[in-house]
Amino acid sequence: MNLNDLPAGADTDHQLTVAGKTYNSKLLVGTGKYKDFQETRDAVVASGTGIVTVTVRRVNIGQHQDEPNLLDFVPPGEFTILPNTGGCYNAADAVYTLQMAREMLGGHSLCKLEVLGDEKTLFPNMPETLKAAETLIKDGFDVMVYCSDDPIQAKMLEDMGCVAIMPLASLIGSGMGILNPWNLSLIIEQTQVPVIVDAGVGTASDAAIAMELGCDGVLMNTAIAKARDPIRMALAMRDAVRAGRNAYLAGRMPRRFAASPSSPMAGLMT
Amino acid sequence: MNTIQIELNGRPHPADATYTLADLVAKLGLAGKSLAISINREVIKRGDWPQRRIEAADRIEIVHAIGGG
Repeated sequence: MNLNDLPAGADTDHQLTVAGKTYNSKLLVGTGKYKDFQETRDAVVASGTGIVTVTVRRVNIGQHQDEPNLLDFVPPGEFTILPNTGGCYNAADAVYTLQMAREMLGGHSLCKLEVLGDEKTLFPNMPETLKAAETLIKDGFDVMVYCSDDPIQAKMLEDMGCVAIMPLASLIGSGMGILNPWNLSLIIEQTQVPVIVDAGVGTASDAAIAMELGCDGVLMNTAIAKARDPIRMALAMRDAVRAGRNAYLAGRMPRRFAASPSSPMAGLMT
Repeated sequence: MNTIQIELNGRPHPADATYTLADLVAKLGLAGKSLAISINREVIKRGDWPQRRIEAADRIEIVHAIGGG
């Protein structure tokens, strides 16, 4: 076998298909918290992602009308722009935000719904999330939904027609890693649409662990943006997501309590 | 010129009573930018900006994309 024949070379193993469109990476990245738009772009490119989240805010009237726009650096022709509802605490605000985003992006229907519960935890408010998801789906949106790691509510969102289920691994921006592997596994096992771990990843090993659980993707922002060297961390995340996916597809060895020598005992010189 | 008061992105703002949304966008130096606009929380499609007149006390929001996760 040659290196090029190895199954790890099969790029289809590392693709992500959401709402009928296929992307060449299972990594999704945010654009918040970077030093400037150039650094944002460099990190996005280094990550290899095809899907980039943005948020929607009021223009500063009368100020800096010539300042660059984020979408000049991550143009919709080059990346799929995923508008989010960060900062929304009820269904009505989230729906309105995404209707504005859809108009801003020329009618593009893919969106990330997140309805937050409180400022301290940024944990999702699930009753409002369910309500908003229902309205958005009826209005023609393809909803990727940030949610709690509760398999029952994840199932409700899937049954409703969400195109991706995105449970948190730990609190947004916390970098605490995968604190709930068993719940994530329950959701992965039962879900037919992509399951994407959204929030909590702190470093490359966290992304690999998420992928080893069998997730279809990982969405992160702070872990890259707030690394000392964001561009290098974006590369690390790109590789970690691929490594974790390969490990999942390879199937890990069983855990055992006793040691088992890797070198045969037969022919041992005594 | 007949000036009316509107609320623009949460603040009082004067506008010419004859303005359309397209006029307002041009006046603000925002023509050609990637934006969305609502009046009283109703999203106004870009193609309708040249016809849509502004009325006194309209609550207008103009938004764009910024970095977020």
